Amino acid sequence: MKQRIRKILSLLLLCAATVLAVAGTLALPRGAAYLAAALCAVAGLCALPTRRHGTIVRVLFVLPLVTAFTATIIYPFFIGIFYSFTDWNGVGFSEFIGLANYKTIFTSSEFLYSFAMTLLFALLSVLLVNLVAFSLALLCTSRIRGARFYRAAFFVPNLIGGLVLGYVWQFIFNRVFTAVFAGTSSMLTDPNMALAALIIVFTWQYAGYIMMIYITGIQSVPQDVLEAAEVDGASRWSTLCRVTIPLLANTFTICLFLTLVNSFKQFDLNYALTNGGPSRLLEGKVLYSTQLLTLDIYKEALVNYQYSTGQAKAVIFFIVLACISLLQLRFSRKREVEM
Amino acid sequence: MAKKKDLLLELLTAFFALVCVSPFYLLVINIGKSSTEIITDPIGWPEDPGRLLANVTSVTGHSMFSFWNALRCSVTITVVSLVLLVVLSSMTAWVIARGRAWWTRFLFVFFLSAMVIPFQAVMLPMLSTYRDISDLVGIPLLRSYEGIVLAYLGFGSSLSVFILHGFIKGIPYELEEAAMIDGSSPEGTFFRIIFPILRPVQVTVLILNGIWIWNDFLLPSLLLSMNGEIKTLPIAFASFIGTYVKQWDLILTAAFLAMIPVVILFIFLQRYLIKGMVSGAVKG
Repeated sequence: MKQRIRKILSLLLLCAATVLAVAGTLALPRGAAYLAAALCAVAGLCALPTRRHGTIVRVLFVLPLVTAFTATIIYPFFIGIFYSFTDWNGVGFSEFIGLANYKTIFTSSEFLYSFAMTLLFALLSVLLVNLVAFSLALLCTSRIRGARFYRAAFFVPNLIGGLVLGYVWQFIFNRVFTAVFAGTSSMLTDPNMALAALIIVFTWQYAGYIMMIYITGIQSVPQDVLEAAEVDGASRWSTLCRVTIPLLANTFTICLFLTLVNSFKQFDLNYALTNGGPSRLLEGKVLYSTQLLTLDIYKEALVNYQYSTGQAKAVIFFIVLACISLLQLRFSRKREVEM
Repeated sequence: MAKKKDLLLELLTAFFALVCVSPFYLLVINIGKSSTEIITDPIGWPEDPGRLLANVTSVTGHSMFSFWNALRCSVTITVVSLVLLVVLSSMTAWVIARGRAWWTRFLFVFFLSAMVIPFQAVMLPMLSTYRDISDLVGIPLLRSYEGIVLAYLGFGSSLSVFILHGFIKGIPYELEEAAMIDGSSPEGTFFRIIFPILRPVQVTVLILNGIWIWNDFLLPSLLLSMNGEIKTLPIAFASFIGTYVKQWDLILTAAFLAMIPVVILFIFLQRYLIKGMVSGAVKG
């Protein structure tokens, strides 16, 4: 009896879903009708008394996220690669032009320059961030008073968006530093110093986060190993170099990987702090001196309205990022010490 | 000797902490100044600290910034995205972790592989895809809450599913078996048994995505646009700055207002926030 009611109910719901979906295409406000139809279909399928109930539930469980994921990342990713071979203008395309977009970007000095700048920025920030973060982690795990307070203080900048911090730092570089060191011009007006400024702010913002990961690593170093080193008469320095750091190889992998990828993806700070400026004269051409790749892609598409070349740049950006992260992972894996 | 060394370390740490916090100090003291005072004396203590409140109220009431409206939009978008993300990714992760069918293994690779795709590689075609979907389905995805929540579900799913999947693998399967034998349906088993156990990891997922969604600028600037009706805090801040270039009293006050909600949250939830963000990174 119960089974029968369930069967009727589920069939009714499925019918309602079909009716709503048809009504949506014909008369009713489409969005609401489709949504109601989907809900009816889900309820109907759930109530359907079959032996495949488990499978139905599982498929329904993954469906929403898979839909969102496909619509937001997977489909745009592949269609984006396709668009980069056409004369796409953000809405539609008229013809397939092969590698012309890639030819354009690889002969444009702007792109090559920003590519080089991004590499330089990433390299220097990875070094500086990890150096600062590891030193801070060592300080915060040594026997100092108020270590917890210091950790929190170092961590705070990381919670606030790069956009807001970028403008605050713009003020500091343009107004405060020029007032403290009277007579100097702002760092942000000199092409080389502007990149340095970007790296400083990125380190300031990001080191606290990486520090926390190092701290977790340092705290997980077994105490007896450290005691053994002390008993054997190792100095603090050699304990650090010979015991702690080799045991932290795994943590170093994570941190280097995270910093590298995040410095490549850096957009907000770049946008807010320098917005690509100041300009630099290079072989008779005026270039944006601190325009990193992500900002370059953004400007190409949304300021110059060159969507197809912008997308080609984005594809190159993806390839570079994927290669670097894979290479780096493989490289660091080899150095890990197994306990 | 050892004491002296410890003192040196302590001084060094204190110095670093001072350097680290000084931008916030500079920000706060300069909000207490008029626009001319900021230019003439950006480092000194403000002549009339009471101006701080006046500056703050003048910006919160400013029609270009509309702080309360932006705060409401930001909270709505973050909360709705997070709730949906946590529930849906728990469901997905459970199916993937417990499934023995070919498609569950495929889904795992499917979600995982997208971690190497940077946002910039998909942002332009995503906009056109959303436009097409809006036309097809009749639900507006550009300049709407629906669209931005869908986007955050998409971009947040990879890491969330991965973290939750790892945790579910560690839960003994006997627990579910026992429930099944007692006549529980799969959906009942998930919501009554598994979902409550997941709470600690869900907090991690919540924090990891929450900070990112709250501070995100690029995605809402594309999906909601800089001058649309719905403005998140970073968008409101950026468009406000765009209209008042170099007016440092207004810019700094707006920056202060934009960062204050997170700072307050951090003061209360410090331990959870740090733990959540770090453990998420280590697993990711």
